[in-house]
Amino acid sequence: MNKIFKILIIFLYLTCSSFAGSDGQNQLSKQSNGEVKDCFETINRGVFAFNEGLRKVVFEPLAKGYLYLPSPVRSGAGNMLDNLTNVVTIPNNILQGEFELAAKNTARFTVNTTLGILGIFDPASKIGLNNYDKEDYGQTLGKWGVGEGCYLVLPVLGPSTARDTFASIASFSGGDAWYNITVRNDTHYVSDFDYYFSRGARGVDFLAKNLGALDNLEENSIDFYASVKSLYLQERRKQIVNADEITETFDDSDWEEIETQ
Amino acid sequence: MKFLKKIFLIFSIFFVITPSFSNEPTEFISEITQTASMILKENISVDEKAEKLVILAEKAVDIDGIGLYSLGKHRKTINKEQLKRYKAIFRKYFLKSFSSRLSQYSDPKINVVSQNIVNEKYTIVSSILIETEDRPEIKIDWRVYTINPDKPLIRDLIIEGLSLARTQKEEFNSVIQGADGDVNALFANLENFNSK
Repeated sequence: MNKIFKILIIFLYLTCSSFAGSDGQNQLSKQSNGEVKDCFETINRGVFAFNEGLRKVVFEPLAKGYLYLPSPVRSGAGNMLDNLTNVVTIPNNILQGEFELAAKNTARFTVNTTLGILGIFDPASKIGLNNYDKEDYGQTLGKWGVGEGCYLVLPVLGPSTARDTFASIASFSGGDAWYNITVRNDTHYVSDFDYYFSRGARGVDFLAKNLGALDNLEENSIDFYASVKSLYLQERRKQIVNADEITETFDDSDWEEIETQ
Repeated sequence: MKFLKKIFLIFSIFFVITPSFSNEPTEFISEITQTASMILKENISVDEKAEKLVILAEKAVDIDGIGLYSLGKHRKTINKEQLKRYKAIFRKYFLKSFSSRLSQYSDPKINVVSQNIVNEKYTIVSSILIETEDRPEIKIDWRVYTINPDKPLIRDLIIEGLSLARTQKEEFNSVIQGADGDVNALFANLENFNSK
């Protein structure tokens, strides 16, 4: 109990600087990215350098090897990993009050897990259950108006924020059914390995899809750490407001005052 | 022979670039992307492609505007001399990174799908970079500066909802903050990039 209380106090400290209050979603979406404090920048940069080393030495060769697999195999693996994320998305749809979406994603998960053979195929999209948007507990907190708090870079896992890191506790405390049946509970069918393998595979799959883009970004950045931070925070905000068009969602006043003609 | 090659290059660039672009934002973006695509699929060296892309960017992109935006709050504190220096360094930096970023695509096919007039200054043109075997379909929005209706200019590229100008602004801010607010640190970093 004492531990939970301490965690709550730390969480409040980390997020109070950007708590968006009752107008959470709007306020949050209009903040500029620069407002997210990099409270532990020196440590973050150190962890980022470590992660970059790991990416180049371990994950990039794996991703390059993964790209040698035939396209249908990669697509099947990607589908399967995406399908697994439904077990976190569906409870978060409910927590965000998106009941219709929760029902749709449940149907999608059921169809793809059964007819789609554990999610390898995606028959759900063919029957109109498409446009799947992943949700997680960090996004739910964001939707409820909780600000990002400090920016963090986690070893191996990469960019995050105080809010998102705290929210992931929910996943490890029963909020992720896949984690529950692999790591938390001893089942005969799946084990810890399956969970960690799926997490690793998701990382490799992501990296394989973005190999050229990441290298290009690094090559053309004068501060790669800051570029990754900016892109991560923009992406998270976009996910929270479920916006396809970020341009209208964010504060663009800076553009308005620049006259060059 | 080298001289002839240069003359030929100048003529071919002239041929590709000279037709002025449409002042209708969607058509303007269509023409820009088609021109860029033509350059990228030409059977010429990477340097020659970069040279052509630079000319295209000079004509179609508001480089000074992006430079000022990228400077963020710091543009209000720097003096005229610094601003002049920054504009020159930034232009070089932008053109170098622009051509380098684009040259990774061999034959990009972009379809312009719609436009959204935000106000008299801006129109957002939405387009799709058609998927290939190596990458999925990518949604690209273009922030077109339309204050002069006869000469629209690109001010930002928003790829899958992520703004390149915003990313650059935050990157520049990080460099300046890291040097206790000294913009000269940014200038040094940009000059270093330009000299590579």
